[in-house]
Amino acid sequence: MDWEKLGLKMGLEIHQQLNTDHKLFCQCSTKLTDEEYNEIIERNLRPTQSELGKIDRAAFQESLKKSNFKYESFDYHTCLVESDDEPPHSLNKQALEISIIIGKLMNMHIVDEFHTMRKQVIDGSNTGGFQRTGLIATDGYLETPYGKVIIESLGLEEDAARRIKTTNEYTEFRLDRLGIPLVEITTDPSMHHPKQVQKVAYMIGQVLRSTNVKRGLGTIRQDLNISIAKGARVEIKGVQNLDLIPDIVENEVKRQLALIEIKNILNKRNAEVLDEIHDITKLFENTNSKILNNANTIKAIILKGFNGIIGKEIQPGRRFGSEIASYAKKRGVSGIFHSDELPAYGITKEEVIKVKKFLNIQKEDAFIIVAHDNDTAINALEEVKRRAKLGFKGVIEETRKSLDNGNTEYLRPLATANRMYLETDIPSFKINKKWINKIASNLPELQDEKKERIIKEYKLSEDLTNQLVRILESDRFEDILKDVKVDPTPVASLLAYDLRDIKREGYDINLLTNKHLKDIFTLFKDKKIAKDSIKKLTIATIQNPNEDIHKIAENNNLILLDSKDIEKIIDEIIVKNEDMIKERQMASIGPLMGIAMKKLKGKANGSAVNNIIQNKIQKLI
Amino acid sequence: MHPKHWVKAANLIADDISNGSDGVVVAHGTDTMHYTAAALSFMLETPVPIIITGAQRSSDRPSSDAHLNLINSVIAAKSNLSEVSVCMHGSLNDTYAYLHKGTKVRKMHTSRRDTFRSINYEPIAKIENNIMKINPHYEYIKRNEKELDINNSIEEKVGYIKSFPGISDEFIEYHIDKGYKGIVIEGTGLGHVPNVLINSLKRAKEEEIPVIMTSQCIYGRVNMNVYSTGREIIDSGVISGKDMTSETAYVKLCYVLGQTTDYKEVKELMNKNIAGEFNEKSSTKYFLN
Repeated sequence: MDWEKLGLKMGLEIHQQLNTDHKLFCQCSTKLTDEEYNEIIERNLRPTQSELGKIDRAAFQESLKKSNFKYESFDYHTCLVESDDEPPHSLNKQALEISIIIGKLMNMHIVDEFHTMRKQVIDGSNTGGFQRTGLIATDGYLETPYGKVIIESLGLEEDAARRIKTTNEYTEFRLDRLGIPLVEITTDPSMHHPKQVQKVAYMIGQVLRSTNVKRGLGTIRQDLNISIAKGARVEIKGVQNLDLIPDIVENEVKRQLALIEIKNILNKRNAEVLDEIHDITKLFENTNSKILNNANTIKAIILKGFNGIIGKEIQPGRRFGSEIASYAKKRGVSGIFHSDELPAYGITKEEVIKVKKFLNIQKEDAFIIVAHDNDTAINALEEVKRRAKLGFKGVIEETRKSLDNGNTEYLRPLATANRMYLETDIPSFKINKKWINKIASNLPELQDEKKERIIKEYKLSEDLTNQLVRILESDRFEDILKDVKVDPTPVASLLAYDLRDIKREGYDINLLTNKHLKDIFTLFKDKKIAKDSIKKLTIATIQNPNEDIHKIAENNNLILLDSKDIEKIIDEIIVKNEDMIKERQMASIGPLMGIAMKKLKGKANGSAVNNIIQNKIQKLI
Repeated sequence: MHPKHWVKAANLIADDISNGSDGVVVAHGTDTMHYTAAALSFMLETPVPIIITGAQRSSDRPSSDAHLNLINSVIAAKSNLSEVSVCMHGSLNDTYAYLHKGTKVRKMHTSRRDTFRSINYEPIAKIENNIMKINPHYEYIKRNEKELDINNSIEEKVGYIKSFPGISDEFIEYHIDKGYKGIVIEGTGLGHVPNVLINSLKRAKEEEIPVIMTSQCIYGRVNMNVYSTGREIIDSGVISGKDMTSETAYVKLCYVLGQTTDYKEVKELMNKNIAGEFNEKSSTKYFLN
C-alpha cells in the first residue's frame, strides 16, 4: 500500500508500570497476588457530569449496560483506598522521581506543579469510577532512524484493577493491580510508516527499561492511534506484540478503506435503515436452528439497499456484519444473523424466504435477526440500527481492541475531554527545579549504550553482555570489576547464567552479597581456585554465608595446590607407572593425565599438570 | 451544624408535614448527622417517617454511595415506620442499606460507606432490592399513630468534656465560671473520672448545674456503683447517661435544658426515656454489629 498517498498518520501511547515499593496513592505493595481473596465487594457505577455539565459519550455508552461489578479484596494485600472506602493518601514521590527520569531521557519539559485529575472510566476497572492521572512532562523528542519523533506528553497515573471473569450477571475484578503507578507516554500523530511505529515503540521501550520499571507480561501496554486522510482516528488498545504492529496498521487501513467504499455504495444506492423492529418469533416455531429454538423472542430489522454490504469483508476474516455484531454484543447478545450469510447456522433456505416474504423486502434489501429475551433483543437491535446508520458516515472515531491475529474489534466510542475533571482529594504537588536538575544530571545510561560500552570496556561477547544487561546484573558486574582486577568473562558468566542455575537448584541467591562475590573472585585472581570451582564455591558460600571464604574453599577441597605439592603427587604416579612409560614413550602422556587429574580434581589447573608430566616423561626416557 | 440549625431543620420538616408530606428525606453531611438525628428525635413527634441520609463518597464521582442511600431513604420514607431514623449503606457493597434509630446511631469510621452503626442497639430495618424489612424485635411507631408535635426550645450553652488521665478540675471550673448550663462528661470505663475532679463536680451540684456521665467505651452502660470513685461521683450529683451515646446525651441535655431550668426537673427528664434514647435491657447483639 502507498502509505503516503493514503495519508496514513499514526501515534503511539505507551503505558508502563513503575517498579515502586508501593502504589501511587496508598501504601499497598505493587506485587500482584494469586492468593485466595478474603472478601468480595459488590458495586455499581454511574456516569457523572463534567465540570461543564456534559456526560462523556464513552461513559454514557458504558452506563447503558447497567453492569454489576465484584471486587476481590484482600485483608492485608489491599486496603480501603483501592476499594474506594478511604480517600487517597499523598502522591508517591518515588513514582514521581522515576517519571521525571523518563521525561528527561526523552528530552521533555517537566511541569512545575503536578495536578491529579480524575479520568472517568465506568467499565468497573476503577472502583471510584475514574482513573487518577496527571501530567508530568511535555514537548520531548526521540531521535530515530526515521527522524525526530515528538513525544507530546508524559503522564503519571494509576493502573486499573485486573479483570478476572465476566458473566452475564457481573464482571469480577481483583484489586491487586489497581493503583500501581503507570507512566503514559504519548507521541504526536506524525508517524507515516508501520515500520517506523514499530521502531519508535522499541526505542521508547529501551528508554523505559533503563529506569526502574516493572518487567514481564502485562507490565507494558501499547495503544496505537491510526487514521488515513479520508478516514477517522481510531485508538487500538492493548497491542502486546511489537512485531504485530505492521499487520495491525495494514488491517486497520484496509478496514477504513472498506468502510469508505461501503459509505459510497450506500449513498449511491440511496440505502436506508428502517426503524421498525419486527417480531418474527412465529416464523421459526418449528425451526431446526438450536439458537433460534432456545430464544424467547426473535426480532428483525430491515436494511433497505444493504444486500451484499453486510457480508462484505473489511479485514481478513471480518465482515461489515462483524462490526455491527460487536455493537450488538455490548447489549448482552452473543451475536446477530444477517441475510448475507444465510442460510446457515441451522436456518434453512425456506426459512430465509419466509422471513423475506414476511418483511416484504426486495432483492437489494437485507435483514438482521437477533434472538434473545424481548428487552435484550430490542436493545441489541437499537445498537444494530445505530451502527448500520453510521455506515453512511464511513469511518467512525472509536476505541478498538487489538486481537491476536492483527485484527481489531469495537470496544467503545472514543472518549471525549468531558471525562476529565479535577481530583479534589489530593493537593497539587510543586516540583522543585533543583530536584529536577539533580535528577537530570544523574540520568541512567540507555540500555543499548550500556551494552556497547560494556562490550568495548570489558571485551565481553555480545551474547553475554545482552544477557547481563537484560537481567539487570550489569551494575553488580561493574562493581566487582572495579575492586577486583580479574578476567571479566567468568564474572559475567556467573552473574548472567550460573546464578540462575544455582537458584533453580534451590539455593537462595539473595544471601550472596557483593562482598562475597568479590572475595570469590579475589581467590580466583590470586590463582587460589580453579575457574571450574567458581560455581561450586558460590554454592558453598550460600550455604555458609558467615564463614571466611578461604576456609569455605579449603573445607570444600577447592584450594589449588602449589607446584611442589603437584610435582610430588605426579612423581608418585610416575613411579607407579614406570613400565608403562618406558613401553609407550610419549604416548603414555594421555593415560597419565587421566590418572593425575582424577587425583588433583579441582586442586590444579590442567595445563600446569600437563606441563609437569611432559617434563617428567622426557627426563625418564 | 450549630444547634440553631437543628431548630431550623425541625421547623422546616414540621412545615412540610403539615403541608401534607407523607414522608420526609433529609440530605445531610455525615459528620454531624447523628447529632441532628438525635435532635430531631427529641424535638418532633411525627405521623410520617423522617429519614436522614447522606454519602461518604461525594456525588461527583461515579461510585458515590448517595444513589443507593437516596433510593432506600425514599423507600423508608414511604414505609409505615413513622420515626426519625438514619438510612445509610449497611456494608461496603452497593446492595443494601440499614435504618438506624435516630437516638441510637453514631458515625464510626472516617471514610467507609457503612460508617453509621447502631450503638447499644440493632438496626431497626434493612432495605434491599427495594424491599424494607423491619427488625421483628423492634416495636415501632406506626404511620399516623402520633400527631405532629414540635418542641423546639433548645439550650445551646452545654459543655462536653472528655476525661483523660492528666485532666484537672480546671476543665469543670472553667465551664461553671463561664456560665455553662449543663455539662456532659465522657468518662472512662463504667463512667469514671480521676478523683481530682470530685470537688469541682460538687461545686457544680451546689450551683445546680446538671452533669451527665457517659462512657468513652462507646459500647455498654454507665454504672457508677461498682467502684468507690464512681460512688463518690454519684454523691457529687452526677447523672448517669445509662447506655446513651455521648452525642445523644449532649443533644438530650440541650433539649431538656430548653424545657426547664429547674435542677430537679432536669434530673427527672434526663432519667426519662423520651425518644428511645436508652434501653433498660441489654443484649449480646448490641455490640460491634
